[in-house]
This record gives sequence, C-alpha cells and structure tokens, in this order.
Amino acid sequence: MGTTHDSSEIPGNHGHDHPRHELSYYAKRIYAIRDLLLEKGVLSEKDIQCQIDYQEARSPANGAKLVARAWLDPDFKARLIDDPKKACVEIGIDATSINEFVVLENTEKVRHVVVCTLCSCYPRPILGRPPDWYKSLNYRQRAVNDPRGVMREFGLTLPDDVEVRVHDSTADIRYLVLPLRPAGTEKFTEGELEKLVTRDSMIGVMDPLSAPPPI
Amino acid sequence: MGRALRQKAGKFKPGDAVRVRSDDRPGHIRTPFYIRGKTGWIERVYGEFLNPESLAFGGDGLPKRTLYLVAFNQIDVWGKSPGAKDKVLVDIYEHWLDPAA
Amino acid sequence: MARGHHDIGGLPGAGPIDQTEHHLSDWEILADAVNQALGARGVKRTDEMRRAREQMDSETYRNLSYYERWIASLEAILIEKKILTREEIDRKLAQFETKWGEP
Repeated sequence: MGTTHDSSEIPGNHGHDHPRHELSYYAKRIYAIRDLLLEKGVLSEKDIQCQIDYQEARSPANGAKLVARAWLDPDFKARLIDDPKKACVEIGIDATSINEFVVLENTEKVRHVVVCTLCSCYPRPILGRPPDWYKSLNYRQRAVNDPRGVMREFGLTLPDDVEVRVHDSTADIRYLVLPLRPAGTEKFTEGELEKLVTRDSMIGVMDPLSAPPPI
Repeated sequence: MGRALRQKAGKFKPGDAVRVRSDDRPGHIRTPFYIRGKTGWIERVYGEFLNPESLAFGGDGLPKRTLYLVAFNQIDVWGKSPGAKDKVLVDIYEHWLDPAA
Repeated sequence: MARGHHDIGGLPGAGPIDQTEHHLSDWEILADAVNQALGARGVKRTDEMRRAREQMDSETYRNLSYYERWIASLEAILIEKKILTREEIDRKLAQFETKWGEP
C-alpha cells in the first residue's frame, strides 16, 4: 500500500484530539480522503500544510488592526471605506483571497450586523475561521428577522430610533463592520485600542469593549 | 463607493425600485427564499461577477452577472419592524430583479 | 415555491444562539485545510460544495455538524468529478480502522 499520513499531527492543536476510532462516520472519512488525494497527486502535503498555516495565522487581530487604525486616523478610515483591500495592503494584511471586501461603518444612528443565511460566508482573511454561533442554524434563521433580539442575547440593547441594517452575505462580497470607538478611549494607544476590538463587534452583534480585557 | 467597486453600468442604478423574482426552479440559487417577491431599492452596484448558478455545476460562470446590494425595509419583508427604520440588505444578481413601480 | 433545507433565513422556531465555542479537533482542521487546498488548486469550487450540501437529504443536513457537512459534500463532489470512488474511500478507511483499533 502507499504511504499513510494519518499519524501526522495538526500543529497548534495539541491535546484536543480524540482517539480516531471514536470519531464519527464523516470525521473518519476525511483521513481516508486526504490520503487518497495525496497518493493520486491531486494534492501535496505541502498544499495542505500551507492551508493549515494560513488559517492559523488569520484571526480577529487582523480586523482589530484595521479598526484601531481607522479610529485613530481619519484619512486611513476614508481609505479603508473607499478601498478596503488596498487599505489591508497598507498595514500588511493579506486579503487577496477575498473577491470583494466591503467595510460597513457604524454611527450613533446606524448599526450594521452581518449574517449568511444560506451557508456561512465570512471574511476569513480578516477575522479567521467563523465562530460556531455564526455558523449555527439558529443564528442563520434569526439574524435577518430578529436582529435586535440576537443583539440583546449578546448584551447589546439598541434604542428604537437607531437604524439596524442586517446584511445577508449571499454572494462574493465579504463584509466587516467598523464599530464605533468607545467613549473614554481618547488617550488610548493604537495597541490598547486593538485590544478593545472584539470579533463579535466586527460581525456587528456587539459593541467593542470599553476597557482592556482582564489578562 | 469603493474604488474597487466602481461599477460598470448595469440595468439598474442606486435608488431604483426593484422587485425580487419569485422564480421556482431547481439548481443552486443564491437568492434567499424569504426575499423572493419582495420590493426594495438598489443601494449599491457591485459590478459584474461570475454566475454561481453555473459555477455550482462545474460551468464557467459566464456570462457574468451584475451584482447589486438591494435594501428592503424590515416591515416590507416580515410585516413587522421593531425599529421603524430597520432594514435587510441582500446581495442579488441582476437576473433576479425586475423594475418596480 | 420550493425552499431548500439550507435556505433558512427568517424561519420561525429558532431558539437562542449558543455562544459556546469548541476548540477545533484535528479532523475539523484537516477538513478545512483539504477543502481550501482543493479550491486553491482549482479542483473544485465553493459553489459546487454549496450545491452538494443543498442536494444532501434534509435530515442529514440538519443533523451533521458543520465540518461533517463539509466532508460529506467534499466526498460527493470528488466522486462526481471521478477523482475518487466511494469504494476507494471505504477500503482506505478499513485499513485505518484496523490500525486505529476498532473492530
């Protein structure tokens, strides 16, 4: 038989794996599919490892950099809204895999929230892999017709006169919410501001933090 | 309007009233069920994209289709709206849109 | 008008959002990476994967976990494209299971 690769470990995921024989029907099958694709030369081990490394390197920290810079620099904010992919290049974020990237700016009177009701479209290069709740059937069902209820569950209650704009991400556009800068952060450094920008505030279901998270 | 998204002219322009088609046909469709038959307006023109209805079956996605950001009042979609100004915005391809009065 | 089992925006009866995160298991990271790598190589397209998920039976769609759905649709597309066969996958898995210690 050909080489088997199933003993290879996934870097950065130590201590969270299950014994293989306890995995579900489909979970097991990905190991067989992977080996067959390698044997047939459809993929190389490097192809797969590159994708693992790429995904591990993506996290909401990328989005937080964009947001914090936009809060501090009005010119950057204008460029970020005008041409988000170019603004990513400016601060060293690789967004080339996004077909089109659109930034939605929150104001005192307008709030944005993003969902993909049909699957789970998400700006991965900017925010990493989507969180479980974003992919959940409950979120996909409710976000479009009960966005305020969803936000309340996340801890955000909005006045009735604020306009809530739900974006259903159904096509090639990937959306990032640019949240409002919290009050009282005028003296914060860029690094301190970045720590306030949570993933959920860039999806739009929550406000950013107003103080750095406890360590 | 983002530089990357400065559009080629499509059939519709921002502000145009549009009605989403209620087509019922097999295949891969990116127009959500809840928005079919609803009336809204063009918010932005995103330009031309490969057609997912073709790509989904191994096709080349051509001809490209103009994609729009279409806005709807919550009240017009669900018959209720907790905030009077709340909206749903959906990315919809041109062949799913008809002009509305 | 037909409504696909994936097309769930606004459906009534949804409960609260479970905000618990689970740490991805190796098999989930692998499913994600194989999927992305095949896309990068131009072997399959995201829209084909979506279509495969839409074509699976509805009970399976609702019962599988997220990455299980990905694997099921990936397998369907690879078989459709004649890159793999179900028998090959079954045979390979049988070899693994012997080694993994399952009867």
